[in-house]
Amino acid sequence: MTPVIEVAGLWTQFGDHVVHRDLNLTVMPGEVVSLVGGSGSGKTTLMRQILGLERPTRGTVKVFGIPLHGSNAQLLHKIRKRWGVLFQEGALYSALSVFDNIALPLRELRAFDEDFIRDMVLLKLDMVDIERRHAAKMPADLSGGMIKRIALARALVLEPELVFLDEPTAGLDPDRSESFVKLIRSLHETLNLTVVMVTHDLDTLVSLSDKIAVLAEQKLIVYGTLREAIAVRHPFILNFFLGERGLRALSAVAATINLNGKH
Amino acid sequence: MQQAAAPAVLDPDVRQARTADGAPAVELSGAWDIRALETRARSLKLQLRQFSTDPGSHWNLSRIQRLDHIGALLIWQAWGKRRPARLALAQGHEVFFSHLDSAAAAAPAAPFDPLRLVRALGAALLLTAEHLRGIVQLLGQILLDSLVLLRHPLRGPWREISASLFRVGTQALGITALVGFLIGIVLSYLSAEQLKSVGANVFIINILGIGIIRELGPVIAAVLVAGRSGSAITAQLGVMRVTEELDALSVMGIPHTVRLILPKIVALAIAMPLLILWTSGIALTGGAISADMQLGISVHSFMTGLPAAVPAVNLSLAMGKGVVFGALIALIACHFGLRVQPNTESLGIGTTNSVVTSITAVIIADAIFAVIFADVGISLL
Repeated sequence: MTPVIEVAGLWTQFGDHVVHRDLNLTVMPGEVVSLVGGSGSGKTTLMRQILGLERPTRGTVKVFGIPLHGSNAQLLHKIRKRWGVLFQEGALYSALSVFDNIALPLRELRAFDEDFIRDMVLLKLDMVDIERRHAAKMPADLSGGMIKRIALARALVLEPELVFLDEPTAGLDPDRSESFVKLIRSLHETLNLTVVMVTHDLDTLVSLSDKIAVLAEQKLIVYGTLREAIAVRHPFILNFFLGERGLRALSAVAATINLNGKH
Repeated sequence: MQQAAAPAVLDPDVRQARTADGAPAVELSGAWDIRALETRARSLKLQLRQFSTDPGSHWNLSRIQRLDHIGALLIWQAWGKRRPARLALAQGHEVFFSHLDSAAAAAPAAPFDPLRLVRALGAALLLTAEHLRGIVQLLGQILLDSLVLLRHPLRGPWREISASLFRVGTQALGITALVGFLIGIVLSYLSAEQLKSVGANVFIINILGIGIIRELGPVIAAVLVAGRSGSAITAQLGVMRVTEELDALSVMGIPHTVRLILPKIVALAIAMPLLILWTSGIALTGGAISADMQLGISVHSFMTGLPAAVPAVNLSLAMGKGVVFGALIALIACHFGLRVQPNTESLGIGTTNSVVTSITAVIIADAIFAVIFADVGISLL
């Protein structure tokens, strides 16, 4: 199987400041990978580079086996139709209504009629649990949680194979983030998505990720399952996972991990 | 995984078939996902519609290799938005149809309103009244805050005033000089042609003097400043509203009228008359140079003839206009800035409205000045 994402020998440098030093990362189809790291460790930069929004100083980024830099515009356009991105603040177009925001990618394809687009948008709204009466509202009139879910609906409307989530649960209350995590998990199961997310929220991280990529000291210090990540003795990992908050989150899922082990 | 043995993915296809017991059936096969449908959606939709005329027919979807919501929706719409009685699905494809059965609902249509135009007119008038009230309210608030400042002059926003003065005044010198100079040349050139034909060359000094000092200088400078600083003020306050900076100031007990709006009004009220002097001066210089070339009136005699042609009170009048124009532009720009809603479109609309309104207000104020001071500063021959 070709990897969905393949980052090889990636360097990022801003002036004298090296953010990534010879970083490698491979994501296989169907995996849920979380990027974690302290502030300024370059998680968001790495994600933006995989999205082609920024260009690394050195190294290659391949998505669906196609290099992002040096490929022709037509090929890149094809990649962009196969991935969906949930930005941290949602990035809904504030001049368009909720309906038009979700319909925009479909309309851009120019393959479907308005009747089809309407049903598709309503279906996606149902999938992310947004009532239809909100469809005519403008993004400025919505709460943060609703914006996140609508942005997810927009990211999913073209049935992407790869989804990027930037802090999917940041700014949501515990109840909402719980339901958001459930939503993403069920979407992952039904649609067999590959998910790459940046998150600080341990609960989200623990309950969703197949693999965890820990960014520190300008490279990936660990790339593996939660168990493998915790086993590494590194100050960041000790603080992040085995600090007070980390232990609390881990103990909450410890029960489920054990259960799975017995089956 | 099993993928090594999997057959190649075929194009989506619809065809007539028969079930094992010989009943008519519609058989779908191949990939029914967005990648395949993107280019074939229209033709497949037509084909599906032909087959879906018989409600009793058996639908065999078990040979579909790939399915997603797009494909499922396309098929479901062909069924008339209900699941047929006899349907065979491939394993794992049920999930794509499960959401759909609840999705049949019509979007509400907008009701027809025969009084739409009347309503729109009324809304526009009410909005204008609301703007006027808002501006008067803002002005009143600023006056009240200024009274407090008079008692505690040390707490005044002096640094902010100075910074605004630099931004709206000093940095505008270049553009006002350029525009003033060109206008002076053009005006002088056109008038010279006319005056030459009636032999009234020397009146070029009167025309340019009164025209530029009394009217054109103030209006040109005000229009330029409204476009340059008015828009900047509106955008700045608007972004501060969007990013909640204004609220942050309020909760710290720092009134934004004193810290943000007053400095801008004071700075523009000071800078505007000075910019008018500067613009008029440069415009007259341009006019004098052009007059020298066209009519042979030397720059020196142009300048020495000016005091006789233009009574000094015109200068005071121009400066007075400057104070009023400057304060008006700042007030309107601040008013529209504070009304920006937290979205990008509102910011654009607010900035446009701000510039258009302040230029209009400047011209209306200029007309009022012209009526009030009709008898002042015009020397008749």
